[in-house]
Amino acid sequence: MSRRLAMRALARLGRATGRAVAALGRVTLFSARALSHIVRPPFYPREIASALLNIGYLSLPVVGLTAFFTGAALALQIYAGGARFSAQAVVPQIVAIGMVRELGPVLVGLMVAARVTASLAAEIATMKVTEQIDALVTLSTHPMKYLSAPRVLAGLLTVPVLVAVGDIIGIFGGWLVATRALGFNPATYLANTIAFLQTADIVSSLVKGAAFGLIATVMGCYFGMHSGRGAQGVGAATKGSVVAAAVLILAANFLLTQAFFAA
Amino acid sequence: MITLEAVHKSFDGKAILRGLTLQAARGESLVIIGGSGTGKSVTLKCILGLIAPDAGRILVDGQDVRSARDRDAFLARFGMLFQGAALFDSLPVWQNVAFRLLRGTLKRPKEEAREIALRKLRRVGLSADIAELFPSQLSGGMQKRVGLARAIAADPEIIFFDEPTTGLDPIMAGVINDLIREIVREMGATAVTITHDMSSVRAIADRVAMLHDGQIRWCGPVSEIDSAADPYLRQFVSGSATGPIETLR
Repeated sequence: MSRRLAMRALARLGRATGRAVAALGRVTLFSARALSHIVRPPFYPREIASALLNIGYLSLPVVGLTAFFTGAALALQIYAGGARFSAQAVVPQIVAIGMVRELGPVLVGLMVAARVTASLAAEIATMKVTEQIDALVTLSTHPMKYLSAPRVLAGLLTVPVLVAVGDIIGIFGGWLVATRALGFNPATYLANTIAFLQTADIVSSLVKGAAFGLIATVMGCYFGMHSGRGAQGVGAATKGSVVAAAVLILAANFLLTQAFFAA
Repeated sequence: MITLEAVHKSFDGKAILRGLTLQAARGESLVIIGGSGTGKSVTLKCILGLIAPDAGRILVDGQDVRSARDRDAFLARFGMLFQGAALFDSLPVWQNVAFRLLRGTLKRPKEEAREIALRKLRRVGLSADIAELFPSQLSGGMQKRVGLARAIAADPEIIFFDEPTTGLDPIMAGVINDLIREIVREMGATAVTITHDMSSVRAIADRVAMLHDGQIRWCGPVSEIDSAADPYLRQFVSGSATGPIETLR
């Protein structure tokens, strides 16, 4: 009896693993196709400009606010935690390394997943449900090239910039709290921050930004293009895209951190 | 000429088309009728290559649609009016109409494309005032007309109409039917319409094919649909709830 139960559980696990591997394969193929369409003509400059504006520029407010409050809270936490072993002076260095290496890219990635991935999935899924994707094909326009490629390109280009902006604003948030509430000297704080950061920290931050931008946009496009019918299909695509993008961003963050900084 | 030979198509194990064989001659207006879920839309999508049939052949002027090397040129021969018009929400009306003329092999200068779009809008009874509006600002009937203008923008040889009157009031449905008939005649295009609206059938069709259970149940001139002996066609034309076509109550 127990052996049969174990076999059944094993079979279920095997089926789930098989489905997960198949889904990963489909997403990988979809990503490769989207990337290949970025470099192959025809190009749609208007669509690319619109995606750059929507994914990059219009994400600045949410990214800026998130980074500011995170940097400010981080400074308070480091100061309070450091006080336990008389290490309050490390606030500038820890805020800088924390924001640039980890919190900046991850929070920007997650905010983009929440804002952009959801919006892409809902938009493309609605287009699919209302036959706009079919209409594109009948008008001799490849949906991957017209819809996915410009958005994926915009994610690759703009999310690293958003991460850089988020890093700077986060450090500024920490600086503001440290100098106004914790008694740090403004110039010394900045000097310590700049002196402590290394090129690898900044490069890793930007690379993570590009990877997270790719994940966020590919997930939005993939789930949108593969949505089910009706309002329920659009809702499921939107939810699935955000969950998948968030999980993949966190997993990719671990792998990239290991690649950059593991001894 | 469009020829479908023994076309089969299933979705998740459920057979939708079961050896569909049908022809539409050049310049003919063929209307495919049938109940919901009988595979009418799937038939059109198979011809356009939006869906790949599981078996059988689809030929357009003797060429298998799957072997069309230049897909762009192949699709440029077609225009299609979708059931819900399928206008692009993010583009103003004139850019929807001129979509094909603004990109791809049929690309024209922007001003020329806009001029053609305005001309096509006038042809379907819409003024230039709506050219800069977005689809969401239009009524259902106006959206259908814009969809019709887009379908004929590049003067296609073959035009598909998917449920052209669904969701319209009877007067607007009559207007759309008349427009379709006039436009198809003056362009000399081959038209394939799918509908279950019998007033559309009488207004648009030269020939009628009834699709039932994935196959053509009856096919003949529109003038014969009222006198045909086929019990399935008679039930469909009369709209009776009793007959060989199963109905859910």
